[in-house]
Amino acid sequence: MANKIVETKGIMGWIDARFPLTSNIKNHLTEYYAPKNFNFWYFFGSLAMLVLVLQIVTGIFLTMHYKPDAAQAFASVEYIMRDVFGGNIIRYMHSTGASMFFIVVYLHMFRGVIYGSYRNPRELIWLFGVAIFLCLMGEAFFGYLLPWGQMSYWGAQVIVNLFSAIPFIGPDISEWLRGDYLISDATLNRFFAFHVIALPMVLLGLVAAHLIALHEVGSNNPDGVEIKEKKDKKTGIPLDGIPFHPYYTVKDLVGVVVFLIVFAAIICFAPEMGGYFLEANNFIPADSLKTPAHIAPVWYFTPYYSILRAVPPVMNSQFPGVAAMGLSVMAFALLPWLDRSPVKSIRYRGSLYKRWLAAFVVSFFVLGYLGTVPTTVWGQLGEWSKDIVDTRDCATWVARIFTFIYFAFFILMPWYTSKDKTLPVPERVTY
Amino acid sequence: MKKLIISLVFLPLVAFANEAAIGVTAPIDAADYASLQRGARTFINNCLNCHSANYMRYSRLKDIGLTEKQIKDNLLFAGEKVGDTMTTSMNPKDAKKWFGVAPPDLSVEVRARGFDWVYAYLRGFYRDETSTTGWGNCVFDPQTCKVGMPHVLYELQGEQVLNHETHELELVKPGKLTPSEYNAFVGDLTNYMAFMAEPAKQQRKHIGIWALLFLGVLLVLTIKLKKAYWRDIK
Amino acid sequence: MADTKIKRSIDKSSALSFTTPTKVDLEKRNFLITATACTGAIGAVAVAVPFVGSMLPSERAKAAGAPVEVDISKVQQGTIMTAEWRGKPVWIISRTPEQTSELSKHNDQLSDPNSDVSSQQPTYCKNLHRSIKENISVVVGICTHLGCSPTTKMQAGGDMGDSWSGGFFCPCHGSKFDLAGRVFKGSPAPTNLVVPPHQYLNDTTLLIGEDAKAGGLNHG
Repeated sequence: MANKIVETKGIMGWIDARFPLTSNIKNHLTEYYAPKNFNFWYFFGSLAMLVLVLQIVTGIFLTMHYKPDAAQAFASVEYIMRDVFGGNIIRYMHSTGASMFFIVVYLHMFRGVIYGSYRNPRELIWLFGVAIFLCLMGEAFFGYLLPWGQMSYWGAQVIVNLFSAIPFIGPDISEWLRGDYLISDATLNRFFAFHVIALPMVLLGLVAAHLIALHEVGSNNPDGVEIKEKKDKKTGIPLDGIPFHPYYTVKDLVGVVVFLIVFAAIICFAPEMGGYFLEANNFIPADSLKTPAHIAPVWYFTPYYSILRAVPPVMNSQFPGVAAMGLSVMAFALLPWLDRSPVKSIRYRGSLYKRWLAAFVVSFFVLGYLGTVPTTVWGQLGEWSKDIVDTRDCATWVARIFTFIYFAFFILMPWYTSKDKTLPVPERVTY
Repeated sequence: MKKLIISLVFLPLVAFANEAAIGVTAPIDAADYASLQRGARTFINNCLNCHSANYMRYSRLKDIGLTEKQIKDNLLFAGEKVGDTMTTSMNPKDAKKWFGVAPPDLSVEVRARGFDWVYAYLRGFYRDETSTTGWGNCVFDPQTCKVGMPHVLYELQGEQVLNHETHELELVKPGKLTPSEYNAFVGDLTNYMAFMAEPAKQQRKHIGIWALLFLGVLLVLTIKLKKAYWRDIK
Repeated sequence: MADTKIKRSIDKSSALSFTTPTKVDLEKRNFLITATACTGAIGAVAVAVPFVGSMLPSERAKAAGAPVEVDISKVQQGTIMTAEWRGKPVWIISRTPEQTSELSKHNDQLSDPNSDVSSQQPTYCKNLHRSIKENISVVVGICTHLGCSPTTKMQAGGDMGDSWSGGFFCPCHGSKFDLAGRVFKGSPAPTNLVVPPHQYLNDTTLLIGEDAKAGGLNHG
């Protein structure tokens, strides 16, 4: 997509002589050719952009009233909820937006997995995407401390203490992160800085990189067929490509409205979402002397949290669990190199891969669920197990089994993807 | 496969239902202004002596049908203004000395505990001579049944004792109100506290209906627009 | 997974996947674009309401800026009392009958003797003494020039010169006002001092910040 010479007149001509506006519009919208066979999975990229914008805009308005001060933070959130005109709507948009961001991004990532969008030549797009995901987890974690409720406080306490598990330097790192011997005003203030300035800037940069890389190589599609291989001889337009604008802009608009319906329904009728989006304990101000009976992270972190709890300590060190949790997130970055299948899309993969993927999805959900509940939720193993296991909580054992499956999905991928019986891939996309 | 995914998505919702094992259902009705107004009066006359509701402004009571003059004449004491928040005159340090813990602010108590919990708690006091206040409450702490707050409303409810065999409360000394009157009384109070925890709740639901209707229209238009364009694609 | 129905492409032609729309199509599209854009614009305005509104004074600010009741029973004639309303000094000027009668005698020296600039006082104070009660004026003690608070010079004469019949002098740029808050000609201040909305709840209680409602207590 080299810059083309464009002839424009009037105001556009004046601008184009000084800034590549028309050529950018052409390169990224009207003459960016996307495969015509996108299905609903392809809505989630543009929806993630929408949620990003919503979070930034609502965040700016919340910052106008929020006070990053341990003595005032909790009260300032209630001030927003009650005394600021429209404040409750803005706050609920932001808190709901956080969860919706993860829903949309998880679906977007799953799309990438099932259609092989991370494969050559899109490895960098995928890596930028994983970086965005990590950044988003940071945003969510730092932002969650700001309401300064009990869950905010103890959630941050637990996560920061994870760093203590790093051998030798861990405790010092935790203390440095907190800026105090406990989660305190100093911690709140720096988390605020990370949440409203540092990470949003990184996030925007990464999103730009993600899109630039995408528009360089072009979009994948549900068939995993490269549309650039069959081009019109005269114009050089891919035969299966259609201009992003207007066709996909009008299509994405439908997705946006459907999303907004869900979004508005949650904000107006169930902003707590049964305790998943806003937890009941977070309506109690942070108290460093009183830990709530049951602490769990917000739902989008629970699969990894389950893995953390499932891995037993080795030689009294929690480090293996922390390392496993880190790896469970970072493993996504390796997908482009683990997948050895000759085909990209799940449409042409064999049943072996599909079974592994299903097992992974199931373990993700089971681990996600187990992360929200105490390990005692499913009772204990019988007396017989007393002397042979380190814990008798059934849920912990289930979590261990699914942690094993979770990692096996990645570790065994080179084997089962190359052994899998694939179907022949068509030359052109199916529409 | 699809069924499995759907059942997994809803699995967590089942789990949360377990936590609400309180046994009573509070009579919450956000549209019953008379109940809310009775509850507000009870709250201001009884709870505010020790607890505060620092985020709640008296003026917000206009949302449950009171006029500024009614608020001023009936609910304000000691020179407070209609725009003030519901503070308590009790000094938190004294309170800590008397009760062991400072009485918590009640503005968002219902959002932290749930209204059924608050309703059960207000009905759950019983005579317990072993505790410092003379009262126990198993709703507050199911393990020890200890509670820092004395039974402020015992003149109304009367005295209950815990039957250690059936684990049920029995009324041994009737109060000024019959049990059903007392339940209605604390029901109104709970209803008010639920309103106070999120005064704009009704308003957001009202907005929600209009927003969804609007988005429904927009959805029809965008689908038609999409179809009009996609006729080009072959 | 979701793609159970796969339509095999049999079209091996080398044509592009999109065609140029017909005239009828274009008309339909333009109509739908307009309809969607207009509806979307309504939605955008509705969404903007909470955002724009959130920057207005909050309930807390409104409560802090609520009308204040002032007991004026202790103000001596010939002195002023200062009350605070919305963070501004409000003077309750209690004039002696002589000082009030002086007001009509220097109209020729004033910029706006008849209080014609309507933004500076409520209509019920558009009179000679700019007040509800003849001998008591209520004005915001902020100079209309650049916002300094003028000094009180209630007594006639003195360091203000022999022709001074009592009033206020702004130390910042020398604006002069009489005892009804009217500005003297030659002052940098362009207009008279602002009379805030106010009303008398009873003979000795003044409510600053709120006009008397129709049918209310208005001792005008």
